[in-house]
Amino acid sequence: MSEPVTVMNAPIRLDFEIGAGTAQSRYLKGLMEGKIRGQRCPVCKKVYLPPRGSCPTDGVPTEEEVEVAETGTVTTFCVVNIAFSDRAPEVPYVCGQVLLDGADTALLALVAGIKAEECRMGLRVKAVWMPRDEWKYSSENIKWFEPTGEPDADYDTYKEYL
Amino acid sequence: MRDVAIVGFAQSKHLAADTHRNEVEILMPVVAEAIERSGVDRKSIGFTCSGSCDYLIGAPFSFVQALDAVGAWPPIQESHVEMDAAWALYEAWVRLQHGDLDSALVYGFGKTSMGDVTEIMTLQLDPYYLAPLWPDTVSLAALQARAYLEASGKSERDTAEVAARSSRDAASNRNAVRSGDKSADDVLAESPVVSPLRPSDCPPVTDGAAAVILAAGDLVPRLTDRPVWIRGIAHNVEPHSIGTRDLAQSRSTRAAAEKAGVSTGKIDVAEVHAQYSHEELILSDALGLTNGVTMNPSGGALGANPVMATGLIRVGEAASRIASDGASRAVAHAAQGPCLQQNLVCVLEG
Repeated sequence: MSEPVTVMNAPIRLDFEIGAGTAQSRYLKGLMEGKIRGQRCPVCKKVYLPPRGSCPTDGVPTEEEVEVAETGTVTTFCVVNIAFSDRAPEVPYVCGQVLLDGADTALLALVAGIKAEECRMGLRVKAVWMPRDEWKYSSENIKWFEPTGEPDADYDTYKEYL
Repeated sequence: MRDVAIVGFAQSKHLAADTHRNEVEILMPVVAEAIERSGVDRKSIGFTCSGSCDYLIGAPFSFVQALDAVGAWPPIQESHVEMDAAWALYEAWVRLQHGDLDSALVYGFGKTSMGDVTEIMTLQLDPYYLAPLWPDTVSLAALQARAYLEASGKSERDTAEVAARSSRDAASNRNAVRSGDKSADDVLAESPVVSPLRPSDCPPVTDGAAAVILAAGDLVPRLTDRPVWIRGIAHNVEPHSIGTRDLAQSRSTRAAAEKAGVSTGKIDVAEVHAQYSHEELILSDALGLTNGVTMNPSGGALGANPVMATGLIRVGEAASRIASDGASRAVAHAAQGPCLQQNLVCVLEG
């Protein structure tokens, strides 16, 4: 008897061409102009960032565009000790949820310019953009967020966003 | 069984490629329209169930994002089937049988333009023997078409007649993506894609969505004086391996039709989920439909095929014929899997 077959290779490859959709296309076009644009729900008034074109709470389209600030607050974060991205700073570095001023949802973003052990909830940060000639239709136009030097935000100002 | 009625139906104006909108953006107005037509209060809907396929976009759990279109707050009772949304309708119908809820929202969506759906569906085949050979869906359908033609004595002209009639009927369906005043001769003059199937025998690539509102109990008379009742609904499945099945007929459709009670009364109109022209003939045999039945007046899946919503649309189209076109009894059918592997049959009455 020959050896039983325990493994077989069956290579699978599927190609997709994904469209960003109306809302995210507007968001990406904004980033090409150096602007961060969310969308406001007409019912609950929350500003979604990045916008997905709908309010998941109310199930209605979010058509009103709202430009938000490039400053915000780190609501929560984690320290990354494994390098897996060329774009990231040297390990250990910080991945944070950044609630931009004027937005009601936090962005997942790199937090740099601060030692990992010094990052904290409530830290005030601002966007650091990539050089303008490297901009494309991408969230990567914002390189990362760095501390503004302002006093930390009061817990009550972001506790609803955790 | 508790009587359940279809009280609302809406579908997108389907497109061959909706390049601007994502699935949620396609789905949201459709869900809103179905709810509005039904008159049910969105926040009072008891159960929500959807049908879609993550493989179409190539992203796991993409169906969860689709809940954005529903407004799932305060938390809702919700479920999903990785199948055509006709099976989501079946689940909702079962859920309403429990008797504690009176309404359900069912929706399905598919954006097939983003990939090659004929290859994507290869991954539903068994992963050891068949899928590694990459038999695309058109090739498998052609095998079934050939088996049917040889067993039945029908000819390619018969399937071409189905394709041509579907094309003509789709011309009066504003949601169709492909239609035209076509004859069987026109179809037969086309070069085969995979013999014996020609382009008009095969479904068009379609992006779209559909939604249905179900109601039961005291709620029904409060919403409408013309409910369309689900009198019978059943689904059956055949072996996964197409080599073990008689492809010339659809035993599972026949079994489901019997359970759903298709033959207990005269059928005026049928909407069957035939993605290929020969499938309509196989299904018509299995459902026991005779010449007096109006087949696929919407143009069927040959007019628009938003995969994972196509079967639900058959139910909605059949219900619409009763609600507004004077039909009194209709049968809707949905299919899933390679070569009509699994079939759902739904009998509707005014």
